[in-house]
Amino acid sequence: MSDDFKASRPIYMQIVDKIMQQIARQELKEGQKLPSVREMAIESGVNPNTIQRTYSELERMHIVETKRGQGTFITDKREVLEEVKKKLQFDIVDRFIANMKELGMSEEELITELTQHLNKRKEEKS
Amino acid sequence: MISFQKVTKKYGKETALQDIDFTFEQGKIYGLVGANGSGKSTTLKMIAGLVQPTSGSVSVNGKKANRRIAADVSYLTELDMFYEGFTVLDMLHFSASQFQDLNMETAYELISYMALDKDKKIKELSKGNRGRLKLVISLSRKVPVLLLDEPFSGLDPMVRESIVKGLLHYIDFDRQTVIIATHEIAEIEPLLDDVVVINQGHFAAHFHVETLREQYGLSVVEWMRENINQL
Repeated sequence: MSDDFKASRPIYMQIVDKIMQQIARQELKEGQKLPSVREMAIESGVNPNTIQRTYSELERMHIVETKRGQGTFITDKREVLEEVKKKLQFDIVDRFIANMKELGMSEEELITELTQHLNKRKEEKS
Repeated sequence: MISFQKVTKKYGKETALQDIDFTFEQGKIYGLVGANGSGKSTTLKMIAGLVQPTSGSVSVNGKKANRRIAADVSYLTELDMFYEGFTVLDMLHFSASQFQDLNMETAYELISYMALDKDKKIKELSKGNRGRLKLVISLSRKVPVLLLDEPFSGLDPMVRESIVKGLLHYIDFDRQTVIIATHEIAEIEPLLDDVVVINQGHFAAHFHVETLREQYGLSVVEWMRENINQL
């Protein structure tokens, strides 16, 4: 429907990923209220039980807090949100390294390749 | 809760369903998938009390599924069942006269949600809008069991999306049991709790959709592709 989901990962985790990315991009800010389970379900075209699991998982990760009778909120602890961003960055770099190694590149080679690539982009822009 | 106990259905010499023992739990959304002629529609019609088992029994919340079960079960057929001369509004009033639990307020809300014109005659509606109207009537009822037989067949993606959103909006998730028989499983998979695979009159498999992803990294469609020959 509105979202496409990969088969290889549970849908509730894919929505966790999506919310973490929104936090990293600061589309979701500290203390911000999340849509209700049903609203989120409609928005993403997903079973509400799945969204409930997403929220529970985020709660377990201390990224959101559920306040009784008020709803679910992004934590107001800035350090937790910084941590989210760092984790996403770490995962991306980790994947990059793994992919390059699969191509048979050494660590030195991949650093050279990355530096060259960045320089090239800089030149193209200017 | 819908319970099938040793249910077999034969049409003449043809066996449509064979020895089904199964319980559909309250508050879940089930997808019922399988090839044409596998027994999907027969299963739904039995729950709706429109078809009687040759042997065994089907019950809905403890009541035997016969014609009077219509008070507890809303059944959206894959066929068109409208009077062409009726307007959309006539159809709602007629349905309300047949089903005491039809909530007119919800119906009006759904009509505008689905962008239907209440004064339009049914024969003037597009196929997509007739599909939407059927859903409006089904969802307007406060009913424990909602059965949808191929609600998407022949409808374009826009209509399908509005139907899925309509379902998410108006289903009572704690109380209603919803069973959707469909070929378009990929599209509604995120909507489902469980899937039941029917093959040649047997309930060949039953699983929780998210568990399938978690444990095997497979969507329902992929699982079917890998397993349908072994069923």
